[in-house]
Amino acid sequence: MLLSVITLLVLAAIFGALLGFASIRFKPEGNPIVEEIDNLLPQSQCGQCGHPGCRPYAEAVANGEEINKCAPGGEATMLAIADLLDAEPQPLDAEHEADPVKQVAVIREAECIGCTKCIQACPVDAILGAAKQMHTVIESECTGCDLCVEPCPVDCIDMVPVQTDIKTWHKDKPNSYLNLIATDKSGLLIPNSETVA
Amino acid sequence: MNQQANLITTGKVWSIPGGIHPAENKSQSNATPIETLPVPSELWLPLTMHIGAEALPIVKVGDTVCKGELIAQAQTGISASVHAPTSGRITAIKPHPFAHESGLDAMAICIESDGLDAWRKQTPWKDWQQHSAEEILERIHNGGITGLGGAGFPTDIKYRNKHAAVHTLLVNAAECEPYITADDVLIRYYAKEILMGAQISQMLCSAETIIIGIEDNKPEAAQAFREAAKELNLPVTLTVVPTKYPSGGEKQLIQLTTGLEVPAKRLPSDVGVLCQNVGTLRQIYRTVVHDEPLISRITTVTGKAVNKPGNYEVLIGTSIETLLNQAEAHLKKAERVIMGGPMMGFAIPDIAAPIVKATNCILAPTKKELPVPMFDNPCIRCGMCEQVCPVNLLPQQMLWASRNRQLDNAALHSLPDCIECGACSFVCPSNIPLVQYFRYAKGEIRQEEQDNRKAEQARIRFENRQARQEREKIEKEERRKARAEAAAKALAAKKEAQPEGAAPATDAEDPIKAALARAAAKKQEKQASAASKSIDELKADVEKAKTKQAKALERLAEAEKEGSEMVNALRKAAGKLEEKTKSAELALQQAQEQSN
Repeated sequence: MLLSVITLLVLAAIFGALLGFASIRFKPEGNPIVEEIDNLLPQSQCGQCGHPGCRPYAEAVANGEEINKCAPGGEATMLAIADLLDAEPQPLDAEHEADPVKQVAVIREAECIGCTKCIQACPVDAILGAAKQMHTVIESECTGCDLCVEPCPVDCIDMVPVQTDIKTWHKDKPNSYLNLIATDKSGLLIPNSETVA
Repeated sequence: MNQQANLITTGKVWSIPGGIHPAENKSQSNATPIETLPVPSELWLPLTMHIGAEALPIVKVGDTVCKGELIAQAQTGISASVHAPTSGRITAIKPHPFAHESGLDAMAICIESDGLDAWRKQTPWKDWQQHSAEEILERIHNGGITGLGGAGFPTDIKYRNKHAAVHTLLVNAAECEPYITADDVLIRYYAKEILMGAQISQMLCSAETIIIGIEDNKPEAAQAFREAAKELNLPVTLTVVPTKYPSGGEKQLIQLTTGLEVPAKRLPSDVGVLCQNVGTLRQIYRTVVHDEPLISRITTVTGKAVNKPGNYEVLIGTSIETLLNQAEAHLKKAERVIMGGPMMGFAIPDIAAPIVKATNCILAPTKKELPVPMFDNPCIRCGMCEQVCPVNLLPQQMLWASRNRQLDNAALHSLPDCIECGACSFVCPSNIPLVQYFRYAKGEIRQEEQDNRKAEQARIRFENRQARQEREKIEKEERRKARAEAAAKALAAKKEAQPEGAAPATDAEDPIKAALARAAAKKQEKQASAASKSIDELKADVEKAKTKQAKALERLAEAEKEGSEMVNALRKAAGKLEEKTKSAELALQQAQEQSN
């Protein structure tokens, strides 16, 4: 009886010490959930959620902010965050599209006066130019955040939807049966194409 | 006889899992000899005929080019050059219909043929053995050679990216896809050139053995190989594999002929094998020995809607329409035109698209021949797809994941290892287009990876920008401080430089002293002006002062009566006015004395 009590007490003391040591030694820096939420966000740094960048929004979500504020992420991002936090999915605001179209900013270069206002507004330094020199957007770096459009005094920046080319195109979920090939068995029932398509 | 027996050995055949036996339909097109298509009036050469970065045009509209001249240069990395298939004039460099499922246009160079078909200067290497492997690889690279089996991977990269020592060169002559006979016919007529290409290739990768993997439905081709090997005195292992789809897949044929399985996400060279299609090997020979870049290929045109099915030698860039017309195809009978075979091919959205380096077959089937697939029914979990999968995957599990866009789940079931052969779709009793779902899911995975990469890049740029702004702020503050310090120092230095004796300067510097001096000067001026006043004026001054004093005294008396707080101030003012009156009277007296 006494022996078992002592054994348990000693064990409790050892494990308690171990756990106490581990909690100090392996304490994570910052809030790890913020990092995970931040990884799900599209990093466009557009500020449409009302926070100055994606990481501040991730911090806010970790502290209980609504998860449906990310406009460029759309429904997919909202669902991913809901999945991560095990929270109820929230409907997106009416003004946000469920599946937002990817855009890039394009400067109408002939009209640019070289004021550098858009360069200062760009959160990812994707605009190239100098005072009184024509500016241009580095397309591969542009996140389509929209922040450069408003400061432009001559309104020469357009948001253009990203075009799919042969390299970026990929197959949609099959719905039309006309273009399926992988079969050369002869069927008895051949539906006419109108009813299938 | 003995020597011959040693020269050509019969290889052992291993097996691959799964596989199917679709109707072969090869006899329609392999009975006739190869027909050369006349040079068309116009050729469109897309810049993206291969896997990798697109080639960069080095010609301008209006330039004239000779046959075989370089018109678009390969970029560094994975890319392949494009050459002029005939002599003529460049008339356009712009997007043109391209044989791709998406129906999107691709950048292409248009050559208007001048009908001369005049070659550029060629430097044949009859004695290619005299040249180093590096020189030969450079020549292959400059010849724009890509894999002619269907995928279109730049050939020289295959030899450069070797991860392990290559012991076997595998000649892929399986051609397992139904309908296609381009390789079959090529072997029958050019077996010697193929084996000479294999000799060059063997030298490049220093392989010990050459294995030819061929399906047993091509006995004529196998015989042609035997004769050619005898003629060249080249020791080869001829492995005749049973006809089964998809035994012609690179990894499948390696497994069939060597028993080695290429691990997931690895290359054949990781198991010491280099696999080349017969067409590619012949092209290596043509390029290295005869200095002919890849400007033409052999393409099968077949299907019940084609009157003259067969194999055609076509210049790259010829429009599919031209080729179909030459083969007398009835496009009204054909429901759709397919590039590639019936298993892995795709319907071409626009037949104005050109033949590219990887086009091994143009199939124009009638509606009866290749019917539009039936409606798909729900999966009944029969498991037939698992049994036919040549890479041992679980297609039905992947289907659930792909259908619901559970990309992680799909990847967990090794979706990236799917070779998209279509065997699962072929056997599915519910007519589910499994491969289409897999292609969709693969595309989504690729897209997601790309988006993640871009997001990561944006994050890094954003953080760098923030760090830079923070740094600039600190630097600005430091600069301001430094300026303030410098100003203080300069002042101190100035003070030290000027000794105390220089009084006026110091007075001027001290604002209080200066103000006092100004006040004193004003007083003197006033007194001087008082002295210059006339007696009448002085009398008036005295009167004014007296009335002011009387008024002040009155107010003082009133204030004293009311006991106001102003009393003190009024008393002071009255005192001052009394003084002023006295001084005015004094001034008057002095003036009167002076005037007297």
